[in-house]
Amino acid sequence: MTDLPHSPEQPVVAAKVSRWKMFLASDIFWSYRRSPVTILASIIALILVLMAVFAPLLAPYDPFNPATLNLMDGMTAPNTESYTGKYFAFGSDNQGRDVLSSIMYGSRVSLFVGFAATMFAMVMGVGLGLVAGYFGGLWDAFIMRVADVQLSFPAILIALLIFGVARGVIPANQQEGAAIWVLIFAIGLANWAQFARTVRGATMVERQKDYVAAARILGVNPFLILLRHVLPNVLGPVLVIGTIGLALAIIEEATLSYLGVGVPPTQPSLGTLIRIGQQFLFSGEWWILLFPAITLILLALSVNLLGDWLRDALNPKLR
Amino acid sequence: MTEPVLSVKNLIVDFPFHNTNFRAVNDISFDIMPGEVVGVVGESGAGKSMTGSAVIGLIERPGRITSGEILLKGQRIDNLPEADRAKLRGKRIGMVFQDPLTSLNPLYTIGRQLIETIRTHLPLSEEQARQRAIDLLTEAGIPKAADRIDAYPHQFSGGMRQRVVIALAIAAGPELIIADEPTSALDVSVQAQIIKVLKELCSNHGAAVMLITHDMGVIAQTADRMVVMHQGKIVETGTVGDIIRRPREPYTVKLINSIPTIASDRSGAPASAPANDDGAFVQIKGLVRDFELGGGSFTKVFKSKTEIFRAVSDVSFSIQKGKTYGLVGESGSGKSTCAKMIVGLIRPTEGKILVDGHDVWAGGAGERERRKRVQMIFQDPYASLNPRWRVADIIAEPMRTLGIATNKGEVEGRVADLLNKVRLDPSVMRKFPHEFSGGQRQRIAIARALSSQPEFIVCDEPTSALDVSVQAQVLDLMRALQDEFGLTYLLISHNLAVVRQMSSAVGVLHNGVLVESGPTDDIFDNPQADYTRMLLDAVPDISKVA
Repeated sequence: MTDLPHSPEQPVVAAKVSRWKMFLASDIFWSYRRSPVTILASIIALILVLMAVFAPLLAPYDPFNPATLNLMDGMTAPNTESYTGKYFAFGSDNQGRDVLSSIMYGSRVSLFVGFAATMFAMVMGVGLGLVAGYFGGLWDAFIMRVADVQLSFPAILIALLIFGVARGVIPANQQEGAAIWVLIFAIGLANWAQFARTVRGATMVERQKDYVAAARILGVNPFLILLRHVLPNVLGPVLVIGTIGLALAIIEEATLSYLGVGVPPTQPSLGTLIRIGQQFLFSGEWWILLFPAITLILLALSVNLLGDWLRDALNPKLR
Repeated sequence: MTEPVLSVKNLIVDFPFHNTNFRAVNDISFDIMPGEVVGVVGESGAGKSMTGSAVIGLIERPGRITSGEILLKGQRIDNLPEADRAKLRGKRIGMVFQDPLTSLNPLYTIGRQLIETIRTHLPLSEEQARQRAIDLLTEAGIPKAADRIDAYPHQFSGGMRQRVVIALAIAAGPELIIADEPTSALDVSVQAQIIKVLKELCSNHGAAVMLITHDMGVIAQTADRMVVMHQGKIVETGTVGDIIRRPREPYTVKLINSIPTIASDRSGAPASAPANDDGAFVQIKGLVRDFELGGGSFTKVFKSKTEIFRAVSDVSFSIQKGKTYGLVGESGSGKSTCAKMIVGLIRPTEGKILVDGHDVWAGGAGERERRKRVQMIFQDPYASLNPRWRVADIIAEPMRTLGIATNKGEVEGRVADLLNKVRLDPSVMRKFPHEFSGGQRQRIAIARALSSQPEFIVCDEPTSALDVSVQAQVLDLMRALQDEFGLTYLLISHNLAVVRQMSSAVGVLHNGVLVESGPTDDIFDNPQADYTRMLLDAVPDISKVA
């Protein structure tokens, strides 16, 4: 073992490849291209999100401006001309509001609450999961038992409970404005345990690895180790539950709004629209319920399918 | 001329991957004669295991045999339907795999598994099959086989399990046995016994053996002929003695030269270092570490006190500045526990660790001294580098943490410097670890260790995850850096040959006790302890070629 050259066994070619080319050549993009269901789901999700984000520009009417509403336009069937000669593609509700525009503004609320609640759950769950998994012992026991207790209740019940308590605490004149934030808080708090469990498991695997040992030998602050070493390596599964959790949060928001404890009726979400619609279902005005419901289903389903695909694409065993 | 048991002709195995094709086995041909042991040797990725899988017809999709023929006793087997191939496995071709834990079903007793195999292939009654199973186990060296036949796999040690696997492989009297790294998961002392059993059993039963391994030492002591593979092709074929003594192809020459041997051919590092010296740079004094066993909640209820397992028991040695001390031991000997205590990952139960006169476990001051002076190189270069970090950040972390260099330009300059020192191009600093091979990653890990300008580096099996030719390069690099910076190494390894090449003094650890410690040549040429002698006899080595 003496006469070997000191050169590395293979010269590393410093090829300049653009990030975009790298993405196009990646396994994730490969599995995306080969799954027609995923492509369809992502297109639907993208359309719905764009529609919600640009609702003020795209919507044919402003359903929240009472000045433009005319009660005589109420209950117009889809694709017919109303009393005042307006055209409603998806019909109008009892107050003469365009159902299509309501859906666009409604998805905006639904998506905002869904995103914000999921972010809240994610930050809280990931943080607590990291601490539980890395430090173990009493921290772990305490955090995970709280999570266990919480997981033994239906998430919607917890959200209702939190919502009820908040109602009692917040003064009546501020309730209207605070409602949406309370909703986000309630749904987020109901969903953190999933994140915490997954991250705790992944953290326990990562903390055994030598790169963490190398940082510990140097005396790097444990919280810095968590943040800079462990966190980037446990984010894969978080992304997956985050996506599936987003679909769940949207449905939970819709459920709460349907029950009438969600966002105020002046700012209707998809769930509120469905609640309004079901009052007219048996009197023949089916469109007021059907179109918001289809939108909700499409939204939740496409996000869920994206989450499913992401889980498979990030799992090398299923490739 | 007799007909070969196995004849592989122009075999090509392809793995289509996305839109490209990877040729794992590229046009190889070889024969195995009855009763012959043929070693297939090569570094990782050489296609040796894939050749074995092709013969038994177990290539995982999407891989497939693109062309070529495989003949068993003159009969073509590569184009048989799956049902017929399955009948061949076990009956005419026996298999022994690397990991004895996964090749036995944990839910059945070993007797059940043996009897089932025997009765599937041979027309024997339950009673006769059981008797044959007991005979086979006895032959494979399982003491009191009649009593132990009804035990479960987990009740056997790794070596014992591999004996069972071998008994299982020859149970139906196959003509050919394919052994894929049969001893790589085992300790040296067990390895030697298993090689012996495999060889004896096969010659007793007249089975030919295809022995696939990366370990030239194992081949040297077992095989009659060998096939050297490299990147899917056969480089050289010949008798073992011929190839090891007179390799012809450049690749084989390089491979043989890079294998460390326990025979003395040392160039530098003359022996010095008295066993225990108060002036030594690193002094380990009476190191003890206990672990509590069975921390589960039930043991706490039923037992009044927890059982204590002493992993390291009163270990003392010292290392001179600029020298290498080799710590040798089999798995479970406590050598990694020693390493973790020295670098500050686990607290010793008792004892002192002095580096340059500072007690590294003496509170905050000791800790500061330790961080400045001590670093570590780990075994697995795939786990020791954070996969999400760029090389530049990985190498810069120690100097940033210790405040050796803080401003961006200075850090970058030092990182480039370190990459040069470990013979990597500084332009690679923007890359991520997965873009490098195992040997290159280990170089990056070494650069990281040097980043904090340490004086003492603990190397825990630094090369055991690497191929031999890469191992030689990394060891050369470590030696060159030692000369350049006057580094002191603690080299922990199960590989006696590596320790012999690198260290000036050696300690032999067995069950947490340091059974022998002294200058390298003394220990290797004139071992005092029985355990050391046994270890040296057991190690397969190319210097022992028949």
